Amino acid sequence: MRQVYLDHQSATPLLPEVFEAMRPYFTDFFGNASSLHQHGLRVRDALKTARQQMAALINAESEEEIFFTSDGTESSNLAIKGVAYANERKGKHLVISATEHPAVVNSVEFLEKQGWTCTRVPVDPEGRVNLAALQAALTPQTVLVALHHVNHDIGTIQPVIEAGRICAQAGVPLYVDCEASAGWLPIDVRQFGAALVSFSPHRFYGPKGVGVLYRNKRARIVSILHGGVQEGGRRAGTENIPAIVGAGVAAEIARTELPSRAAHVAHLQKRLWDGLSTRIPFIKLNGPVPGPDRAPTNINISTEFIEGEGQLLLCDMNGIAVASGSSCVSKSLKISHVLSAIGLDHALAQGNLILSLGKDNSEEDMDYVVEAFARIVTKLRAMSPMWDEFEKGVIDSVIAPRGIGKSFSQHAAEVSGKAAH
Amino acid sequence: MSDTYTLYNPTVMDHFMNPRNMGDLKDADGIGEVGAAACGDIMKISLKIRDGKIEDARFKTFGCGSAIASSSMATELIKGRTIEEAMSFSNQEVVSALGGLPPVKIHCSVLAEEALKAALEDYVKRHPELAARVAAAETVGA
Repeated sequence: MRQVYLDHQSATPLLPEVFEAMRPYFTDFFGNASSLHQHGLRVRDALKTARQQMAALINAESEEEIFFTSDGTESSNLAIKGVAYANERKGKHLVISATEHPAVVNSVEFLEKQGWTCTRVPVDPEGRVNLAALQAALTPQTVLVALHHVNHDIGTIQPVIEAGRICAQAGVPLYVDCEASAGWLPIDVRQFGAALVSFSPHRFYGPKGVGVLYRNKRARIVSILHGGVQEGGRRAGTENIPAIVGAGVAAEIARTELPSRAAHVAHLQKRLWDGLSTRIPFIKLNGPVPGPDRAPTNINISTEFIEGEGQLLLCDMNGIAVASGSSCVSKSLKISHVLSAIGLDHALAQGNLILSLGKDNSEEDMDYVVEAFARIVTKLRAMSPMWDEFEKGVIDSVIAPRGIGKSFSQHAAEVSGKAAH
Repeated sequence: MSDTYTLYNPTVMDHFMNPRNMGDLKDADGIGEVGAAACGDIMKISLKIRDGKIEDARFKTFGCGSAIASSSMATELIKGRTIEEAMSFSNQEVVSALGGLPPVKIHCSVLAEEALKAALEDYVKRHPELAARVAAAETVGA
C-alpha cells in the first residue's frame, strides 16, 4: 500500500545529512558548552555556527539574537511570559489574535490568572487578523502583541509587516510565531519589524528537542527558567548540542532549498485541492484559496455530513497520515478554536481534516489521496444518519444549501436536547 | 516497522472498519435518534420487534471511530432480547464487549445506550398498551 505522509505540520523526517552532522555530537563531541576545557570549547564553536545558520534563515542582524530552547512551546512561553515579566512596571496588558497556537493562548491565560489582561483580536472568515481592531486594542499599558505568521490549522498568512508597522508606531514589541512558516516561507525579522520570532527545526527536516527564539537586542525579556547563565542568561539549562547542530544544518539547507520546496508543495497543494473539490461533493476548504494568502504546505477541509476522526482513522488504514480539528480527536471534546474563530458552522468543524504537505510528497501521492479519500467519504456517508436525512430533505447542506429542510445545528440541538457548541 | 499501530483495541477497530448492522430497517417498529451534547455526535438505531422481542436492529452514526463501533456492538448485543431486557441495557455492556474504550470515549457507549432506549420509547409510544409493562421493567432495571 502506498504511504502518504501528510502531517508535516506535526513532524518531518530528519534529513540524512542532518543526522550525519548530529552523530559525532552524541559520542565524540559530548562536551558541555559551559565547560572551559577542549570538550566544552569545541561544542561552543558548534553552537555559534548553529546560531549563525538560524540568524541567516530569518535575516537577523546577529547570531547573538538567537536563543535555543527545547521546542516551540518553550519559545512561546519565553516570548510571552519573559516579555510580560520584564515589562511589568510599564503595564500588564497583552494583545493576541483569536487564532494563536495553544502555546501562546495558554501562556496568556496563565498570566491572566496573575493579573494581566489580554485583548483577543478577531479574525475574518478566512482567518486574517483585523488590523484596525489590533490597532484599537493597543493601550499605553500594552507590553506585547503576539501574532502568528502562518496559522497552524488553516494556513492563513497574516499581514505581519502591517502589524509590525502598527506596533512600531505604538512602541509595542511584536512577537511573531513562525512555527508554521519557517523553512517554507521567507522570514525577514527586520522587514516584519518583529521584536521576537519563534520557530522549530522539526518542521523543516531538523530534529525535535530544540526550538528557536529570536529576540531583537532592544526588546526586554527575562528568563522564565532559572539556573545557569546559558543563552545569555535568558534560558538556563544545558544546551541540547546534537539537536542544535542538526537544527543549524537543517536551517541552512532550508534556506537554500526554500524556493524549490515552496514551489513544489504549492503545486501539490493546488493539485490536491482541485482533485478533492472536483471529486467530492459538499467539501469546503477552510482558510484562503491556494495562492499568496495561504501557506503552500496546508490544506484544511471540512467534508459535510461525516465526522473527522472516522476520516482520519480510515485515511490511516489507507496509508495516509493526516490530522483533524474535530471535537472527537481533541481530549477536551471541543472543536479547534481556530475553526470557532473563523465562524465555521459546528457541523463543518466536526468534519474537519488537516493535510500538511512536504518536499517528499509527489503528484502520484496527491492523486492517490483524492481517490482513497473519495472512497472513505462514500463509506462514512453511507453510515451517517445526516447524509441520509440530507438526501431525504430533512436537513440542508451548509456548504451548498438547497433551501430544503432545517440546519444541521438545529437538528443536532433537537436530538441532543442541547445546542451544539 | 511492519507493525500496525491502532488508536483503539482490535475489537473496536474491527467494529469500526467492518460495522455490523449498519443501515436502516424498512418498516422499523421503533426508531431512536439522539445526539451527544458534549461532542456533537449523532446516532440513530432502528428496531424490528416481534412478540415482545427485538428481532433485528440497525444503526447509523455520525461520529468518531468509537461511536461507530459502540453502535455496531450495541445492535449486536441487543438482538434477541425482550423489550423488558432491552430497557435495562447499559452502556457498560458495550464497553465490556468492546474490550474497553479510552476514558474520553466512554460517552460514545452512553450515546449507543440512549439511541437504543429512544428507539424502544418510540416503539412503546406506538404501542400504548405496553407502557405499564415497560415502566415496571425500567424500575426493575434501575
